[in-house]
Amino acid sequence: MRITVGMGSCGIAAGASEIYKLLEENEAGVKVTGCIGMCYLEPVVNIYNGAEEKVFVKVDKKGAEEILKLIKGEENSADEYAASREDIELLSAQPRIALQNCGMINPESIDEYIEKDGYKAARKCINEMTPEDVIAELKTSGLSGRGGAGFPTWFKWQAARDSEGEQKYVICNADEGDPGAFMDRAVIEGDPHALIEGIMIAAYAIGAGEGIVYVRAEYPLAIVRLEKALEQAREKGLLGENIFDSGFSFDIRIKAGAGAFVCGEETALIASLEGERGMPRLKPPFPAQKGYWGKPSNINNVETYANVPWIIRNGGAAFCAIGTENSKGTKVFALTGKIAKGGLVEVPMGKTIRDVVYGVGGGIKDGKAFKAVQVGGPSGGCIPAELIDTVIDYRTLAETGAIMGSGGMVVMDETTCMVDMARFFLDFTCKESCGKCVHCRIGNVRMLEILERICNGEGQSGDTQLLSELAAQIKDGSLCALGQTAPNPVLTAIRYFSNEFEDHIEHKKCTACQCKPLLTYEVDNEKCTGCTLCAKKCPADAISGELKKPHIIDNAKCIKCGKCADACRFRAIKVS
Amino acid sequence: MNCNCNAHQEPRSENLSVDAGLIEQELIKYADIKGGLITVLQKAQETYGWLPSDLLEYIAGRMGVGLAKVIGVVTFYTQFRTKPVGKNLILLCQGTACHVNGSSDIEEAIRDYLEVEEGEISENGLFTYNNVACLGCCSLSPAMMVGGKTYGNLTKESTVKILKEIEKESSR
Repeated sequence: MRITVGMGSCGIAAGASEIYKLLEENEAGVKVTGCIGMCYLEPVVNIYNGAEEKVFVKVDKKGAEEILKLIKGEENSADEYAASREDIELLSAQPRIALQNCGMINPESIDEYIEKDGYKAARKCINEMTPEDVIAELKTSGLSGRGGAGFPTWFKWQAARDSEGEQKYVICNADEGDPGAFMDRAVIEGDPHALIEGIMIAAYAIGAGEGIVYVRAEYPLAIVRLEKALEQAREKGLLGENIFDSGFSFDIRIKAGAGAFVCGEETALIASLEGERGMPRLKPPFPAQKGYWGKPSNINNVETYANVPWIIRNGGAAFCAIGTENSKGTKVFALTGKIAKGGLVEVPMGKTIRDVVYGVGGGIKDGKAFKAVQVGGPSGGCIPAELIDTVIDYRTLAETGAIMGSGGMVVMDETTCMVDMARFFLDFTCKESCGKCVHCRIGNVRMLEILERICNGEGQSGDTQLLSELAAQIKDGSLCALGQTAPNPVLTAIRYFSNEFEDHIEHKKCTACQCKPLLTYEVDNEKCTGCTLCAKKCPADAISGELKKPHIIDNAKCIKCGKCADACRFRAIKVS
Repeated sequence: MNCNCNAHQEPRSENLSVDAGLIEQELIKYADIKGGLITVLQKAQETYGWLPSDLLEYIAGRMGVGLAKVIGVVTFYTQFRTKPVGKNLILLCQGTACHVNGSSDIEEAIRDYLEVEEGEISENGLFTYNNVACLGCCSLSPAMMVGGKTYGNLTKESTVKILKEIEKESSR
């Protein structure tokens, strides 16, 4: 019997450590595993007995005790914690390539990875294939970069291989900065050896002797697990000198990022690796020609590398058979926001947004109405409900004004204000702009000022026009993808939700009730008991009334802080 | 006027506000390695909790780079702090998923309870809160991280409760 507890960062935050401790103290052989993707059901405990598998979800202290009884064969009520059939089916219906071992194996054990055919692909490449064969296999697979731009992976590898130079580098971009995306973290925490193997294969293909993984500092657990995995790989001789007796030598080191979204851009990442401010550089020369310390370097993100061992083991053609004409394989999405079943999902390219949101994600939380889904983070855009049947591939997503990005999908319902969302993303890009290009540095701030004005009820006619004009100039005048794509969230919001902009600007109304300065607070006389609590909490002295009689809010004095509504125990404050 | 950029002076550690000996190993290790500046600064912050200006000057001297470059790097990355922080640093996630699920309310609750603005130290010296872009725990939004531990599915009430518990533990 094998017992595992899901211990990714989110599992731990949901209380998995306590559950693990409780089980481990009482039962030998309890193992740690990574995130299986069902974040909405954490903490998750799996019991494998031969071919039989039992999944227990939302396990609390009592649940752990019942599971212990079950293991010992005593009478128990562990079934109360068993995952529903529907949830199991949702999980097993996903084709798993990048997330293949996540949640299945112990990420801190190289032996478990090897048991799952781990490092076979690397051995095959290094012992049986020429670098050209490896790149050809990648070309057949049609794998493209999963970090955002979707550039063909084989092309980058070929370019780095063709560049002249004794010393070359492979770099892994694990600076997953998109707010709302965490697939790379899950892969490193759940299956670090798959990443190492993918990087090894890339190194062999381009002829690199050193690899660097640039991990963001906000992922402490990922760094610990990767460090451990590297150590184990070195002990087994899978990294270091003369790997597989082939004469090929290679090692990987970790560089912790210091917190800058722009470092997801490859030339900025290289600048950061060199100890500089992470500012993008002019391309060409591309990193494949002149990268880290001016040497040819190949940069891919975590998910891209994690696909590589599977492709080598199963053949490029098998990967190519999945997906659409212009997008091959699968894509991992982080499904979050107002979604019923949030978590990580891996879906074949070519599924629709409806399949993901309603199929895998179980629809909207609390039965509310679906409004939009934000895809691609601060560089992407909002796709509205009427386009829910949009097919997920690089081209069709780009046609909507959004981008595939790294795969964050934030679902929004009727209580999300799209003007506020546009403001939110621009606020983010303004903070993260490196300041090199004038259009990005100043233009985005101007756009943010306009959006703030609109959210504060001071919008003017013509503001949307002005936003669109500024957006066009920022796109044209910026060096890197951060600036070129920064206006996307605003442009898609204007394109699909012009009615909300009009409500804010012309009628000074926020129908989603998010922009506080546009709200009015009123006392519902029938519900108000006259407890005086709201009057006491009001910092502006805007509420008056006698004890046990309905109170009144003076709108002239009200500063719209919402403290009265929070304080009221009878829900007697109406917000509109 | 004297210019500090003159790097010919031998950097001295005696009168620094912190004990530079604690990062001596890193300084030796990275003095000759190109591109080690960020790593040294990370180690320094890990050691002292923040980066005082006299220390930055010292590091610049030891690494053989200009003070302007060091300050340029420090102010560029959000991880680096040039002001001291409370005993417990709260990283409040303001990522997209957290924003959609009400992180601004959580910030309000923290601000009201601690009576501080972002980056300031609470009166009892126990807390500082910083807004951060995304902790990558989107499925538990809204979320915050205190001392490496992540707390998810926050409400105004649960946030205050967590802070009170940390307060209790810290004063023990």
